[in-house]
Amino acid sequence: MAKQQPRVDAVIVGLGWTGSIMGMELTDAGLNVLALERGEDRTNEDLAYPKPADELQYGIRHTMMQKPKQAAVTIRRDLDERALPQRKLGAFLPGNGVGGAGAHWTGVLIRPTPTDLQLKTFADQAFGKGVLQDDMQIQDFGVSWDELEPHFTFFEKVCGQSGTTGNLNGQIQEGGDPFEGPRSEPYPLPALQDTQNTEMFEKAAKQLGYHPFPNPSANVSRAWTNPYGMQLGPCNYCGFCSRYGCLNYSKASPQTCILNALKQRSNFDYRTNANVTRVELAADGKTATGVTYVDNDGEEVFQPADMVILASYALNNVRLMLNSGIGQPYDPVARTGTVGRNYSYQVGGGIHCYFDDIEFNPFATAGATGKMFNDFSPGNFDSAQYGFIGGAKMHSSQASGTPIKTPLPKDAPSWGQGYKDALQKHYGHHMKLSMTGSVMSYRSNMLDLDPTWKDPYGMPLLRMTFDWKRNEHRLSAFMRDRLREIADVLQPDYRDESFNLEGSHFKVTSYVSTHNVGGAVMGTDPSTSAINRYLQSWDVHNVFVPGGNAFPQNFQSNPTDLIGALTYWSAKKIREEYLQNPGPLMSRA
Amino acid sequence: MTARHLIPLLAGSAFALAAPAFGATDDTLERGAYLARAGDCVACHTAPGGEAFAGGLPIESPFGIIYSTNITPDDEHGIGGYTEEEFAAALRDGERADGANLYPAMPYPSYANLTDDDVHALYVYFMQGVEPVAEQPPETDLGFPFNQRWGISAWNWLFADQPTFTPSASNPELTERGRYLVQGLGHCGSCHTPRGFAEQETALDDSDSDYLAGANLGEWWAPSLRGGSGGDGRGVEGWDTQAIVDYLKTGRNAHATVGGEMTSVIAHSTSHLTDKDLTGIAQYLKSLPANPAAEDAPSAQDRQRATNETEAHLTAAKNLSDGERLYLDNCAACHFNAGQGAERVFPPLNGNALANADNPSGLIHTILAGAKPPATPTIPAQLPMPGFAWRLSDDEVASLATFVRGAWGNDGDAVKAEQVADVRDELGDAPLNKAVDREGELNQTDGED
Repeated sequence: MAKQQPRVDAVIVGLGWTGSIMGMELTDAGLNVLALERGEDRTNEDLAYPKPADELQYGIRHTMMQKPKQAAVTIRRDLDERALPQRKLGAFLPGNGVGGAGAHWTGVLIRPTPTDLQLKTFADQAFGKGVLQDDMQIQDFGVSWDELEPHFTFFEKVCGQSGTTGNLNGQIQEGGDPFEGPRSEPYPLPALQDTQNTEMFEKAAKQLGYHPFPNPSANVSRAWTNPYGMQLGPCNYCGFCSRYGCLNYSKASPQTCILNALKQRSNFDYRTNANVTRVELAADGKTATGVTYVDNDGEEVFQPADMVILASYALNNVRLMLNSGIGQPYDPVARTGTVGRNYSYQVGGGIHCYFDDIEFNPFATAGATGKMFNDFSPGNFDSAQYGFIGGAKMHSSQASGTPIKTPLPKDAPSWGQGYKDALQKHYGHHMKLSMTGSVMSYRSNMLDLDPTWKDPYGMPLLRMTFDWKRNEHRLSAFMRDRLREIADVLQPDYRDESFNLEGSHFKVTSYVSTHNVGGAVMGTDPSTSAINRYLQSWDVHNVFVPGGNAFPQNFQSNPTDLIGALTYWSAKKIREEYLQNPGPLMSRA
Repeated sequence: MTARHLIPLLAGSAFALAAPAFGATDDTLERGAYLARAGDCVACHTAPGGEAFAGGLPIESPFGIIYSTNITPDDEHGIGGYTEEEFAAALRDGERADGANLYPAMPYPSYANLTDDDVHALYVYFMQGVEPVAEQPPETDLGFPFNQRWGISAWNWLFADQPTFTPSASNPELTERGRYLVQGLGHCGSCHTPRGFAEQETALDDSDSDYLAGANLGEWWAPSLRGGSGGDGRGVEGWDTQAIVDYLKTGRNAHATVGGEMTSVIAHSTSHLTDKDLTGIAQYLKSLPANPAAEDAPSAQDRQRATNETEAHLTAAKNLSDGERLYLDNCAACHFNAGQGAERVFPPLNGNALANADNPSGLIHTILAGAKPPATPTIPAQLPMPGFAWRLSDDEVASLATFVRGAWGNDGDAVKAEQVADVRDELGDAPLNKAVDREGELNQTDGED
């Protein structure tokens, strides 16, 4: 019999961005809220100067990330392969500990476009029959731009978003993104400083007729005090952002933007090293009664709660639903069930450009430093003629100048004197032209429970089935050609390319992106979505699942802004409706 | 437990208002609770990690350690047996119910100005709004002659003479409210007024220019609070009313972030006061003319010119002294080359009172141990300055502090390594900000362990 803790009104699984936001919103509503975090506690003091500035520890050895022992995923590329567990993190780096990935993210805070939220509707209008792959399962999010806009605006104020406004209430603004959806308010703060590569990229992009603008950033350009009274210091361009905590308190994170305010509230509490293994359901399976977790001593504890918020990483949210029997697991053959359906990801690619005579000073940069253009997002160009749907943000970013990760030409040796010589020759002489692309959802890209591998508590691991598809190969080839045109303008002395083209498969060993999305997607049709448009489980009404898991497919922008906005959107509905009258917020019919 | 100087630093001790058991109206009780905040009673009368108001905090005085008493309404260990009259005598006259004198670590010379109404409200609060705690704090046991409490009577006769407050009709009402709070419950003079030969505050009210003129509080310089014009333009003199309100409410404003003992005062007392009372306090402080600057003090123009020079020199980063290099490597990221910091987030060092104080110990302390602003109700953010004790030697801290005290328009004297060593010794085992544990975290791998 598990130890039992006193009941709370709401238990939050995971104390990263979504858990912190839900904590604020639900304590505001007067609920007694408890957050359970499986990792360590982490405060600003743990990130104080100069601790994070250690590439070996944080950049290479992943101190702030999940350990495979805690949460390995087994991976295969198609339904016929046997999945094997990760033994080392590679392609993606989910966070661990208070703050989650929100403590070590890069800090690009950008909205999707209105079209991205209604991609299925767009596809039906713009693509003739037979153009797109027939195993594609793209869907609308079920929530509109206008509904989310106030929540983007608020979350961006929480983060001190820095950038240049492109569309203010329908009026196009000079210097911003003319393709962005209409904003009700300008960016809270001006854009970050430019660097050499961003200026060169901007010039070349404009010459080719594109519309570059500064990467929208959650590394703040000025001192900022947010609506919670939380504060961020102006970014000092130290170059330790992605994979690092911010030593200057300049990157929006749960720590800098929310947690001190939340911890001040007497109706909030949190426990660390509390690893939730499953949500417990009432006998009829229609409501959750709380969660079971394993505490630091390895003891099982039952935490009763009237509401359960799954605010863990997208992958783990799906795993918890599967391990708890919430909703019907997805079956890719019968095409039934929804939990695990529409797992998606992000496709990258780029051209490394080396200039012997240009000093880029890559060590002086913020994580989000860069310029991008959005001319190739869905609806802004005719991709049907190239046989793919989706888009990419095209950018030259300079996220870091750390030495170990310095890109070198492909023919440079990877060790020994030759490596050192190449590092000396090329360090600081490199810039990258990048595409960050959308990834559609497909019948066989999915998540389920692994039939073989279990974690130390005997719970099945999550199995990921994922590979690049023809649509993403075509998209990559198209974007490569556009980036080549920019490189031709810039005339580097030497260049390398890296794209996921036809015949290439998903590689788990080297970093791709931590934009793992989908698997428990939102929508208005319970036969194709695991949670409704308020992020509420269709099947267990007192379980809400905010996170990237809600995306029915991925768009070209970074996910955090939408994740934050969706969480506030869900919280609003909970506060205004669910708490007064607990039950399904949408009917299944 | 570590003994602290006069005003103890009480990190993170929350105390909740218990529901009234009987009697008084909620209004009186609430007002009493508010006044107890204004008096910051909890700071001294609570031991680290102990129950609120149960006493036991060791307070370092020049005469030895004084332990604060239990002021919960417990009959045996606290003040449960006090009549309102006895309570008033303790507050205003420093007289215990048994007739013995309290040590003047208790700021009764300030509390003497309390009105009868406010004493009543405080009495109601302590009797009905505070949970009794049956704990006996350690007895104060000073050596001879200071263990002779009767001797304090003479001290009281000489130095404690403040009458009950009567507002002056010639000042705005709100300013007078500020004066009442500053001179009385706020007992600001305890730290900010210089002390005389018998450790008495040399002035208890604004009839004397010594009042709130700044004082050495152990290693810290408690700066002048005389905010009117007439001085060197630095410190509170250069703050407007709103800046003072912001500082007291949130521990930070455009000019400074709180450090040292004042951190606790803001956390437990001033951040809980109403904007109106804080405005009154600010208006009153601005009504006190600043004391004249030293004749050799640099003018505002001199300071601006020096600021430009330092900024240009740091930006060029050529021919740097050790102190300049250390500043660029360790400090400039937040405090910037012009020493201006970032508004309300990182305090400016240019013109900073602590950096310019005659006694550099507060600055040295901050460099070694770091600092963290309090989480206040309106600004809960806590962006800690890291300590550098683990990273910089005494010589390096001395070079750095010397640079900071002479950079921009600052005009503090140079700092010697021995002074740094003294502060380092005093910090002892205080939880300095340690380097990452290289034995631990660095050896972890994310492989097959």
